[in-house]
Amino acid sequence: MRYTQFTDSDVKHMLSTIGVKSIDELFKPVPAGLRLKGALDIPSGLSELELLDDVGALAANNSPCCERVCFLGGGAYDHFIPTMVDSLAGQTEFLTAYTPYQAEASQGVLQLFYEFQTMICMLTGMEVANASLYEGATATAEAVTMATAITRRNKAIVVDNVHPDTLSVLKTYDRDRHVETVAVPAAGGVVDEAALRAALGKDTACVVIQSPNFYGCVERLDRIIPMIHEHGALAIVAADPLAGGVLKTPGEFDADLVVGEGQCLGIPLQYGGPYLGLLAGREKYLRKMPGRVVGVAEDAQGRRGFCLVLQAREQHIKRERATSNVCTNQGLMAIRASIYMAAMGRKGIAEVASQCFDKAHYAADQIASLDGYELAFDAPFFKEFAVRTTHDVPTVLASCRKRGIEAGVHLGRFGDRLNDCFVVAVTEKRTKAQIDDLVDALQDA
Amino acid sequence: MSVVAEMPQNTTTPKLQQHDYPTLFEIGSKGLSAVSLSKSDVPAVDRKAAVPAELLADTTPALPEVGELDLVRHYKRLAHRCFSIDENFYPLGSCTMKYNPRINERAAAMGGFANAHPYQDDADAQGVLELLYRLRCDLAEIAGLPEVTLQPAAGAHGEMTGLMIINAYHRARGENRQTVLTPDSAHGTNPATCTVCGRASVSVKSLPNGRMDLDDLRAKTDNDTVALMITNPNTVGVFDETIADVAEILHAKGAQLYLDGANMNAILGITRPGDFGVDVMHYNTHKTFSTPHGCGGPGAGPVGVAEHLRPFLPVPQVVKKGDGTFAWCSDRPDTIGKVRSFMGQIGVLVRAYTYIRGLGSDGLRDVADKSVLAANYLAAKLKDRYPMPFPAPYAHEFITVPDFAGADEHDIAKRLIDHGIHPPTMSWPIHHCLMIEPTETESLRTLDRFVEVMLSIADEIESNPEVVRGAPHTTPVGRLDEVTASRKPNVRWRPE
Repeated sequence: MRYTQFTDSDVKHMLSTIGVKSIDELFKPVPAGLRLKGALDIPSGLSELELLDDVGALAANNSPCCERVCFLGGGAYDHFIPTMVDSLAGQTEFLTAYTPYQAEASQGVLQLFYEFQTMICMLTGMEVANASLYEGATATAEAVTMATAITRRNKAIVVDNVHPDTLSVLKTYDRDRHVETVAVPAAGGVVDEAALRAALGKDTACVVIQSPNFYGCVERLDRIIPMIHEHGALAIVAADPLAGGVLKTPGEFDADLVVGEGQCLGIPLQYGGPYLGLLAGREKYLRKMPGRVVGVAEDAQGRRGFCLVLQAREQHIKRERATSNVCTNQGLMAIRASIYMAAMGRKGIAEVASQCFDKAHYAADQIASLDGYELAFDAPFFKEFAVRTTHDVPTVLASCRKRGIEAGVHLGRFGDRLNDCFVVAVTEKRTKAQIDDLVDALQDA
Repeated sequence: MSVVAEMPQNTTTPKLQQHDYPTLFEIGSKGLSAVSLSKSDVPAVDRKAAVPAELLADTTPALPEVGELDLVRHYKRLAHRCFSIDENFYPLGSCTMKYNPRINERAAAMGGFANAHPYQDDADAQGVLELLYRLRCDLAEIAGLPEVTLQPAAGAHGEMTGLMIINAYHRARGENRQTVLTPDSAHGTNPATCTVCGRASVSVKSLPNGRMDLDDLRAKTDNDTVALMITNPNTVGVFDETIADVAEILHAKGAQLYLDGANMNAILGITRPGDFGVDVMHYNTHKTFSTPHGCGGPGAGPVGVAEHLRPFLPVPQVVKKGDGTFAWCSDRPDTIGKVRSFMGQIGVLVRAYTYIRGLGSDGLRDVADKSVLAANYLAAKLKDRYPMPFPAPYAHEFITVPDFAGADEHDIAKRLIDHGIHPPTMSWPIHHCLMIEPTETESLRTLDRFVEVMLSIADEIESNPEVVRGAPHTTPVGRLDEVTASRKPNVRWRPE
C-alpha cells in the first residue's frame, strides 16, 4: 500500500523549488553515524488484496465469544448495539476529525459532546460530566487524584470487590503520586460496613465503591455514603450506566463523583478496548475535573455555539500545574455512546435495564436450583451474579464452551480466594431458550 | 461590502451555514424511541422482593425521546458541522493529520477482532494475539529498542507509563531521584506527566537555532535527575544533531533519555531512537500510524524500552511460546503493574498493524521521505511572506512567525477556515507562531492551493485587514466568547 500522491515529476519539481538535488539532502541534520544502515526488518509492503488476506487470516484465527452464546462479563458485556450506532458513528466526518480546539470548525462534535455530558449526568444522577476518559480503571484513578486535591488528604480506601484491574491500576498510579490506596476486604460479596467504618479516618480522601460490584452485587449506598461523608471524605462510585433503569442512581445517594466503564453503551467488545471512561460529579468539583469539557458559548452576534471550556485546567495551558496529564478523550467512543443513549431514549434504556434484571434473575434461580451449584452471595444483583460450585470451575466452563456457551468468568483467574466461583452476566440479548441451554450445560458438566 | 461574495470557491463551507441547530433535548416527543427491542420472554421479577426498596429507582433516566429518522438527520447535520481529514486539509503541526486509510477500518471491524471478549480463552484468541505480537515486534524494530508494551491508552498515558518505568528502575537501584528535565519547547503533556508521576519538572533552554542548549543541560543534569523528556525531531521541526551528546550527558549521571514519539513520522526507517541513545519512548499511533483521531480519541501509546528497563514493563505482555502459540504472560516480578484495564486499545492497534504491514519497510521509509519533502516544499514557497526563525532544512514540520501589522497568527488561522483549511497549530512552541505540518499524504495540488491561500491572506491583511480579523465568516458561528463560557460554565442541558 502507498498513501502518498507525489509523482516522480512532482518530486523533481519540489526538489528544485527547495533548491536541493535529492530528498536525502533534506536529512542532512541526521548525523551519518546515526543513520539506519539498510532497511527496517519488517516485511515489504503488501497490496490491498494481500493485506486483506493477511489481516483476514489473523481475524479468522480467533473464535470470538459472540460465535457462542455469551454470558461473559466482568466489565465488558455483550449488549445489543442498534444499527444506528455503527451507521451514524461511522460517518467519516466524525472518524477523521481532530480534537475540537477550533470551535468554529467543530460545532457538530462539540454539540455532540455537550449532549453526551448531559446524558451521562442523566444516567448517573450527577450535575456535571466530562467528555470522557480512557476507560473505567483509569477514570477511577483520575477521580482519586481529584479527591486528594479537593480534600487535601492522601489516603484512598478501595473496597476489594471492585474490578481487579481497577485495584491494580490504582496501585500502579500510587507508587509515584504519593497517594496511599488501602484495600478494605468485602464480606459476603459486599462492603463490610464495620471494616469500612474502622478504616475511615481524618486522612481519608475518598472511598471507591463499585456498585454493582465485580461480583455483580448491589451495594447499600444508602448506608455507606453517609458514613463516608461523616468523615469528610468523598464517595466515588463506580457505576454501571445502564443500571439506572432499575436502581437508584449514585447521585440520588449523594455520591460526590461517579466513574464507570461505558463499554455497555454501544461499544463493541474489541477484546478489551478501546472502551469509554466515564467521569461525572458535583458541579462544585467541575474545575478540578481532568479531561475535556464542552460548554455553551456565544459569538459576537449572540448566536449559540459550543466550545471546550475551562481549558486553563489542562496540560497544554497549565503544563506542570495541570489537573492531570490527560490530553485525548475517547472521542469516537463517546460519540458511539451518545448515539446509543439517544437511540434507546428514555423508554429503551429502561427496557434494556429491566430485561437485564429479569433475565439475570431467571438465570440465577435456575442455576441455584441445580445440584452442586449455588449463588455465592445473598446480596441483591442487577445483570451479573457469582455462582459457587462443587465442581472444578475450569472444567465446567470448558464443557459449556464445547456446547457453544461461554458460561462465565472464572474468579480464580484473579486470585485463589474465590477459586470455586464464576460470574455469569446476562444481558437483554439473551433469550429464555439460551438461558435454559446454559442451565442444561451446567447440569451436565 | 459583502464578505460572502469574497468567499473562495470549492470549499466545504456552504453546508456548514445553518445556525443554531437544536440539541437532542429540544427535539422529539414523549414516548418515542429509535430502537426496536425484542420482548422479554422470561417472567418479570418482583423487584421489591429482589432488591431493598431504598435502592430501587422511582423513575427512569430522562433521556431524549426521538424517532429514528429525526435522529439520523440530527447526527447527519452534526457531522456536516465538522472539519475532517476526509474533507479538509489539516496542516496541523505536531499532530500529523495524515489520511486514515479505509482498509484500517475494515480490518478493525472484522468479527474476529471486534467481537472478541477480553476474558475469552487465549486458545480462542490466537489470531489477535499473533497480530499484537507481530505489532509489538515491528514497533520495537522501528524504535531500535528490544521490547514494546502495547497497553497504554494514549500518548500521554504512554508518557506516564514510560516515566513510571524509569522511576521503578531508579528505585530498584536504591535511588530516589526527583527531577525531570524538559526542554522549554516540550509538549504540555511532558511537564504534566512529571507532576502525575510525583516528580518536579525543570526546563532546559533551547538555542536560537532550535537545538538544545547543551551547556544548560550539563548544568542541570545531576544525580537527582530522573530523565530528560525530549522530542526529536523537536517541536520546532528540526532534527537535533547533538542528540548523541545529549544522551551521553544524561547517561554519565545515571539519568535516562525519554523520547516523546510525536514526531516519528519524519524519521521512519531513517534513524532509530534506540540507536541515538533513547532509553524509553512512546508512539502516538494516531499520529505516526494513521489511526483515526476520532474527534479526540481513542489513541494508543505503545512504549518501547531499552534492555535494562525491560523488567519494569507493564503486565500482561503478549508472548510467543516455545510451541509457536501465543499467550498473555504476567510473569515479570519487577513490573510496574497494570496501567489500564484489560490489555489495551486493541481496535486501535489492529489499525496500526494494518497500516504498518500494508506499507512495509519500504513504504515506511517513503513516509519519512515524502513528509519531509512536503514540509520543505511548503517552507520554500512561503518563506518570502512568512518569516521562519529557524534555518532549513526542516523535518516534517516547520514554524513561521507571521509579521503583519494588520492581523496576528490567530486571525490568519481563522481565515484559513473560510478557505476550508483547518488552522495550523498556533502560538506554540514559540509565541505568535504557526506550526505547519502537511504530512506525506497530501497531493502537490493541495499543497499549492494552500500556498495560494496563505499568500492571498497575506495580501488581504494589507488590503482589507478587518476581513481577516473578523474571520471565520462561513461557519455556523463566529469566534466564540470562550472566556465567558469558562467563567460561567453551562456544561449540560437543563429544561428551562
